[in-house]
Amino acid sequence: MSTTTEPRGPAGGGPGAGAATVEATPTPIVRVTVPKRSLASELRAIKIVWRREIIRYRSDRLRMVTTLVQPLLFLFVLGSGLQQLSAASTHGVNLKTFIYPGILCISVMFTGMFSAASIVWDREFGFLREMMVAPIRRSSIVIGKVIGGATVASFQGVIVIALAGFVGVPYAPLMIIGIFILQLLLAFTITAFGVMVAVRIKQMQSFMGVMQMIVMPMFFISGALFPVANLPGWLAVLNRLDPLTYAVDPMRRLVFNNLSISPQARAALDPGVTWFGWHVPALLEAGMIVALGLIMLGIAIWEFSSTE
Amino acid sequence: MTGSHGDTNGTPPVAIEVRGLKKNYDEVEAVRGVEFAVATGEVFGFLGPNGAGKTTTINMLCTLVRPTAGSASVAGYDVVRQRDEVRRNIGLVFQDPTLDGYLTAEQNLRLHAELYGVQSDLVKPRMQQVMTMVGLWDRKDSVVGTFSGGMRRRLEIARGLMHSPRVLFLDEPTIGLDPQTRRSIWEYIGELKEREEITIFMTTHYMDEAEWCDRIAIMDHGEIVALDSPETLKAGIGTDRVTIHTDDDDATIAALADRFGIEARKSEGAVSFGVPEGEQFVPRLFENWDPAHPAIKAVNVSRPTLDDVFMSYTGSTIRDAEEDQGKDRNRRMMQMMHGARR
Repeated sequence: MSTTTEPRGPAGGGPGAGAATVEATPTPIVRVTVPKRSLASELRAIKIVWRREIIRYRSDRLRMVTTLVQPLLFLFVLGSGLQQLSAASTHGVNLKTFIYPGILCISVMFTGMFSAASIVWDREFGFLREMMVAPIRRSSIVIGKVIGGATVASFQGVIVIALAGFVGVPYAPLMIIGIFILQLLLAFTITAFGVMVAVRIKQMQSFMGVMQMIVMPMFFISGALFPVANLPGWLAVLNRLDPLTYAVDPMRRLVFNNLSISPQARAALDPGVTWFGWHVPALLEAGMIVALGLIMLGIAIWEFSSTE
Repeated sequence: MTGSHGDTNGTPPVAIEVRGLKKNYDEVEAVRGVEFAVATGEVFGFLGPNGAGKTTTINMLCTLVRPTAGSASVAGYDVVRQRDEVRRNIGLVFQDPTLDGYLTAEQNLRLHAELYGVQSDLVKPRMQQVMTMVGLWDRKDSVVGTFSGGMRRRLEIARGLMHSPRVLFLDEPTIGLDPQTRRSIWEYIGELKEREEITIFMTTHYMDEAEWCDRIAIMDHGEIVALDSPETLKAGIGTDRVTIHTDDDDATIAALADRFGIEARKSEGAVSFGVPEGEQFVPRLFENWDPAHPAIKAVNVSRPTLDDVFMSYTGSTIRDAEEDQGKDRNRRMMQMMHGARR
């Protein structure tokens, strides 16, 4: 008791005072000093927030399986089943091959959204507070979360890429790289979108509800399950507004580039996205995904920074 | 003000300084202009019933809540204008758990160290030190989800110390814990005080625990009603507490007023009052007690406790105050549904 109140008296002792306390105790105290905020410390914070997402994903085997169930169900069950009906109009192309890019996208999407949901969990279970009181920028937390979720989501994408052979998609290296990059971009954008929604929501149930409301329509409208040419007017408009469209389309093109099929089949199944008759190039589509992701990341940061 | 302290040494003599601090939530005045200073190295307790404004005050000091008016500085930094500096210098243990239950104890502490930018080579030794202190070093590889409530609280304290804060804030550190764990947490606090150059600011609503503090501030309805060392506060009462159990409290109170001119109160199902030299009062009580008065079933005399201090300043015991405020809060919560806590 007496030793601790002492510093008030010989406060002028400055640096010596600290050393004296260390001597007095049996084992030396490991004293650390927290550095001033810098870019390096922010990057370190981003890295640890990112790593936490990875650690949690790795320790949650069940999640890896559950987020795969739905896409695989679509791919193999729906794909095989509808094949019976559509054999005539797919010009001999397996329906599973056709919907494969869409399934890959939805798989990445589910995982990305789920990762974003962790921000709601963290809020509910209090951990968010631990991060909010740390001497770091709020944006570092959001960026770490988004990159972390995107990493996890694209890992899920890699699992689906590995399944390509089962649905008649060849393992062509360049195509694999292209698809990998596209799904990486999509993972980033989707997670940014999820985080943007999640920072406003306080309860897990509400988040799940919102996700259901957004994810399934986005999936169905995107053209993951049908060619986007000759759609009824209203659906064509919705389709061109759906961001997922611009991920599925270039991915499908990559796959079809590596299939040996008739030109008619190609034209029917991979018509490409058009704006008022203009063919949207794949690079622009990829660029749009990135731009959208960055915008949503910005909104998420802004929203998160202005919460209490 | 600026430049009065260095960054790495020369701890300011005043760890916390608060001037006219206020916080309003809509119409509710949670904190109504509190004023106090905490010296470096002190263990300072904030005592009061739930809802008295303790947590709001702590949240303002921790830069989590913006004050409506007034100012406060922690470790020499202003809590509004120098938020980051304050955050770098404080450790926090919240009332509600903030650990990641999916990570191991070590991962939780490492994450904290990374967020605070602790030098990489010091993370491990510091971690060993703080975890050894709370007796969890051998459980460092266990997932926190498997920990008991007491272990989690101990781990949170260790985590709050990871970055060697100058001021450690503990918001109800022992709430909901068994007596043994509560005692060990107080042992850590004592040990900390001995070993590290640290100021501890805590809130509690356990009177017996407040005795451990160097000084305590009693808070009620958003105001500080008393502030001093526990000994001085108790000595200031000057009376012993006498509690009488009868079947009719109102009649007993009337009889006491009539016979002895004592103003007694109902408290926790009995009648209690303060008199100087309580032991000598008891024989006088029975000599002058009419058979017409309600029969006395038991009498209890005790030295003043912090409970009495609390009662003399606020007019109710802390438990009674909590019951009242509990009702009050429920009503408020029904009105607001969600929003500001406390």
